[in-house]
Amino acid sequence: MRFLLKTSYEQDLRLFRDAVQRNWYIALGLALLVLPALVPTYLVDISLVFIYGLCGVSLMVLAGYTGLVSLGHAAFLGIGAYAHVYFVQDLGLPWVISVALAAAVTAGAGVLVGLPALRMTGVYLSIATLAFALIIQEVLTRWERVTHGLKGRAVDKPVIFGVSLAHDAAFYFLCLAALIGGLWLTANLLRAPTGRAWVAIRDSEIAAQSMGVNRARYKTLAFAYSAALMGVAGALFAHKVGFLAPDIFSVLLSIQFLLMVVVGGLGSLHGALFGAAFVALLPVLISEARDRVPAWAGQVVALAGKDAGAAAFLGVDRFVKQPGLEPGLFGLILVLFILFEPLGVYGRWRKVQLYFSTFPLYKRATFRRQKTYMRSERLR
Amino acid sequence: MLQLLLNGLAVGCIYGLVALGFVLIYKATELVNFAQGDLMMLGAFTCYMFVVWYGAGYWLAVVLAVVTVALFGAALDSAVLRRVLGQPQFAVVMLTIGLGAIFRSFASIVWGSEIYTLPTPFSARATRIAGVTISHEYISIIAGTVILCAALYAFFTFTRVGVAMQAASQNQLAAYYMGIPVKRMFSLIWAISAGVAAIAGILLAPVSLIDINLGFLGLKAFAAAVLGGFGSIPGALAGGVTIGLIELFSGAYLPQGVKDVAAYVVLLVVLAIRPQGMFGTIARKKV
Repeated sequence: MRFLLKTSYEQDLRLFRDAVQRNWYIALGLALLVLPALVPTYLVDISLVFIYGLCGVSLMVLAGYTGLVSLGHAAFLGIGAYAHVYFVQDLGLPWVISVALAAAVTAGAGVLVGLPALRMTGVYLSIATLAFALIIQEVLTRWERVTHGLKGRAVDKPVIFGVSLAHDAAFYFLCLAALIGGLWLTANLLRAPTGRAWVAIRDSEIAAQSMGVNRARYKTLAFAYSAALMGVAGALFAHKVGFLAPDIFSVLLSIQFLLMVVVGGLGSLHGALFGAAFVALLPVLISEARDRVPAWAGQVVALAGKDAGAAAFLGVDRFVKQPGLEPGLFGLILVLFILFEPLGVYGRWRKVQLYFSTFPLYKRATFRRQKTYMRSERLR
Repeated sequence: MLQLLLNGLAVGCIYGLVALGFVLIYKATELVNFAQGDLMMLGAFTCYMFVVWYGAGYWLAVVLAVVTVALFGAALDSAVLRRVLGQPQFAVVMLTIGLGAIFRSFASIVWGSEIYTLPTPFSARATRIAGVTISHEYISIIAGTVILCAALYAFFTFTRVGVAMQAASQNQLAAYYMGIPVKRMFSLIWAISAGVAAIAGILLAPVSLIDINLGFLGLKAFAAAVLGGFGSIPGALAGGVTIGLIELFSGAYLPQGVKDVAAYVVLLVVLAIRPQGMFGTIARKKV
């Protein structure tokens, strides 16, 4: 077991806990730099992990750190994507300026949602953001002059400072750079007074206000910052999908973002990244499984008899090819995580870590959740 | 004009019924059930299954479907939702969203993703009164809603079980100490709410068609529930009717596309200006 000797309060505010942790991150960064050489076929999927990672960080700031659960984050992604494409392709602005403008536009939209959201709490806020997302989706459908409506619009490959990033590997590095930039900015914000204020608001609004935290200002700021990150992610997402249509940015995508945050583990940036990897790679895994599972099932049942094996193959094959299966699987995973591991993948990782570092003294009670039985707040 | 009013009333009644399901659960357990619309979809599909696959009579099928879905609701509560009792509200929101996705997936596997019509005794019949054509389907919706609401209102106000539910909703621990079986109350409320959702689905089925995305209507019912003030039974109904009327009139007089978002715009405006809704009672949290 390793003890960290703290000699000053400054140590609590460091970006990395100690030199060991910093070195691990550097190693991870180097691994990501050489990854394109190792798995060239999966580069597009991994780029999506990075983009979703940015989305996850964005929602984590809002839901995990400020306690404002948004059910409409796909709308911000959509605004960012369409704004970026409009600026680059219709107005002909340079790429970097266009992304910055797209982030500014989405931040504006975030403030627009955040201001009325000041009066709402809990579930009401989720419902309001859901309504906002549905309205934005309709606007994207109808505002044909900019969005080309249901016909959709094609997106060119990114060209930055005259350098075309059409190659998959180039796009991979662009997404990686954006993710690292976003993570660094967010980690710094979270260890600064702003992040402390957000966490204070999450844990108790009234206590935070009594300590002099300006609730309206920090909540709006959380919305604006989260939306701006989403805008940058949207710009990259537009290049990733290559073709924008309003129905991409549906409620289901918003729910996937929330799934990301919950599966990863609320209240940690690590969690957002774990969740992003999970949500972005699960469809890949599912499509792999679709090809292989029926054959396996057939082989297993064929041990009992050849005809039964063939029947099992056909049955399982028809079952896994159902189009409705994938959202159901997402739902099932969400339910299982909420029921059995509410701290998410990152929480599980922490438990494993603690188990080994305190072996043989690990106590399950360390992570026991406290239940609070409800007393209605509706009646005076 | 009058025609529009009647149709709006009928559509609004459906929103009201789904909203009623939200409100019942919120009233009793202070949880918001995002899977309510999907329970409605299950109700419609179950009724369709009894009528078309097994050849049951319409009324028998309605009773069977409502009972099935209500039992399912109770089972859902005791197997899944009871585990998250005492945890943050957010957990329940996510849980019910996940459940909704599972229900949709289940329906598409069992019944397929085609679109069905439910044959009913009211189908394709209409009465003309004072120059207005009223189809019997709409009458069935309005009448069914009124009867159901009256019954529920009486249940909550006059029966012992209903009052016990109200007690459980106000303070779980205190109700438990007073000898109210809080867990059983919660299962019961889930059963009632699922049953109401099933009735809404069955009433809606002849007007709109049955498919697996019927549940997304639940999103508009949120608007109704919020407008009425989450937690008020007459409010849910009034909210539903208001939303239904706004939707149909905006469809008739305002530019295309407004109809689809009217409910959400109303929802946002209500939340921003008067979060407690028309009949709501939300108190400030005291420390």
